[in-house]
Amino acid sequence: MLSVTELQELATQIRRDIVRMTNAAASGHPGGSLGCADFLSALFFNVLHIQPQPFYMDGVGEDLFFLSNGHITPVYYSVLARRGYFPVSELSTFRKIGSRLQGHPATKEGLPGVRIASGSLGQGLSVAAGAALSKKLNTDLRLVFSLHGDGELQEGQIWEAAMFAAHHKIDNLIATVDWNGQQIDGPTEKVMSLANLPDKWRAFGWEVLLMNGHNTHEILATLQYAKQRCGNGKPIVILMKTEMGKGVDFMEGTHKWHGVAPNNEQLAKALAQLPETKWGDY
Amino acid sequence: MEIKQYPVLGMNDTRSGFGDGLFEIGTQNEQVVALCADLTDSLKMGKFKEAFPNRFYNTGVAEANMIGVAAGLTIGGKIPYTGTFANFSTGRVYDQIRQSVAYSGKAVKICASHAGLTLGEDGATHQILEDIGMMKMLPGMKVIVPCDYMQTKMATIAIAGINSAVYLRFGRPKVPIFTTANQEFTIGKAQILQTGADVTIIACGHLVWKSLEAAEILAQKGIRAEVINMHTIKPLDEAAVLQSVSKTRCVVTAEEHEQNGGLGDSIAQVLCRNFPAPLEMIAVKDKFGESGTPEELMVKYGLDTANIVDSAHKVMARKAG
Repeated sequence: MLSVTELQELATQIRRDIVRMTNAAASGHPGGSLGCADFLSALFFNVLHIQPQPFYMDGVGEDLFFLSNGHITPVYYSVLARRGYFPVSELSTFRKIGSRLQGHPATKEGLPGVRIASGSLGQGLSVAAGAALSKKLNTDLRLVFSLHGDGELQEGQIWEAAMFAAHHKIDNLIATVDWNGQQIDGPTEKVMSLANLPDKWRAFGWEVLLMNGHNTHEILATLQYAKQRCGNGKPIVILMKTEMGKGVDFMEGTHKWHGVAPNNEQLAKALAQLPETKWGDY
Repeated sequence: MEIKQYPVLGMNDTRSGFGDGLFEIGTQNEQVVALCADLTDSLKMGKFKEAFPNRFYNTGVAEANMIGVAAGLTIGGKIPYTGTFANFSTGRVYDQIRQSVAYSGKAVKICASHAGLTLGEDGATHQILEDIGMMKMLPGMKVIVPCDYMQTKMATIAIAGINSAVYLRFGRPKVPIFTTANQEFTIGKAQILQTGADVTIIACGHLVWKSLEAAEILAQKGIRAEVINMHTIKPLDEAAVLQSVSKTRCVVTAEEHEQNGGLGDSIAQVLCRNFPAPLEMIAVKDKFGESGTPEELMVKYGLDTANIVDSAHKVMARKAG
């Protein structure tokens, strides 16, 4: 367990990893990754009951996490490596030929921590619901967590899964939505309005929690509360308000850095805003 | 000319073989779970549902979610069988199968009924003829098309034992049962139902029985046909094909599927690479189906015994020397 200050420092290190990885790969998705750094570091270091090594695909007796918005691999891989699933030095292979760190998460190369491929959007909630049912059948009391983009909610399969999880009372499932209001083509409200998101989830039979995804205190408290609410007959969704690009001023609050990597000059400018940490660069 | 006789042991639909096989494997293996998208009776999954209500999930009319949930269930050791019509088992959910099942290496058993023209009166919206092609293109996917009730039952049981994604295709109408519980059924191993040196007939699914009927007609004319039941289209038993063709030097394939991407297409590749030989494909030729009875449709689209016989004559006439 890390202190809030330590988690915040870790999130800064993860942000350094994100901009360095995407710069080195000259591709990738820094915007959404930066926005989820605070959440994923808190989740993986202080909330999930996990055993990084040896890694077991079945994860019996462990909490499971599924990344449905697979394009935010920079933050996902950084968190997994920093949590001990694989060597931090391997982050330098991101998106390179022969790497286990594929552009989008994959299981084929055997990267510890990844249990399902994602990238084609909308599929992860179904997978998480299935894994949660598997835990129930195994009388495994650990929980299943998933993360989704808000643009991803435009996929119909998300709502099929939402209906399914509520109908089958999958109450060992905590889904989180990265509600940054941005997608590739622009603000979600312009591209395809999500309208009243809390009411939509409530109407589908979910318990809805709201959270500021950049306030570590609030993240920890909300996740703790969500865990307490499990077992009450309803799946839980946390609608997490974030800012795309958080932590790098010229990337903040715009869709323009969704899938664009910083060049060397931009990298230097970004790193100047993200002080080095005790964790050290990869 | 004497040929091996296959008495009709009864009539039943291959989907009932799936339902009975699912119940049996569910009894033997408590890791087996089943999912259905609102077609429980059509898929004959009721017996499993009644016996194991805690291991049966109805997803409603939401096939994409069904495939994803099945992939998730494998994490923790479950062996999921999904059931819906072949159309909704493949084309509708191709990307879900591709990413969450095949690419992710999840051993989901995709069980698909009402495949092909013999779905009948519902017409072309439901008569998928491209599913074998779609499924066999996916890396690692195994594709099985059993020939009758008993073989479908045995295949349903057998696939629980392989740690791989499987596409199991079967159908709606009652057709002759001619294989027995004592048959040797091995995934990936062709069954030689008739031996002969004049022409090889390679078939799958409902066309296997018609191929046996064709072999009888050919035998009356003194032609010995080798009939191969290629129940596993992927991985293909190439050795069985080549062993037969090296003897007969000509081939007819027969399937209830579009010519592009089907069994015949796989056989053509084997022949081209190893042993070029005259080939005729009994298959649907770049067409959608239509409403009608299964029998009417099979005749109209040329998937019948008479066409297999005619095609055998054609390929034999084209043999070199």
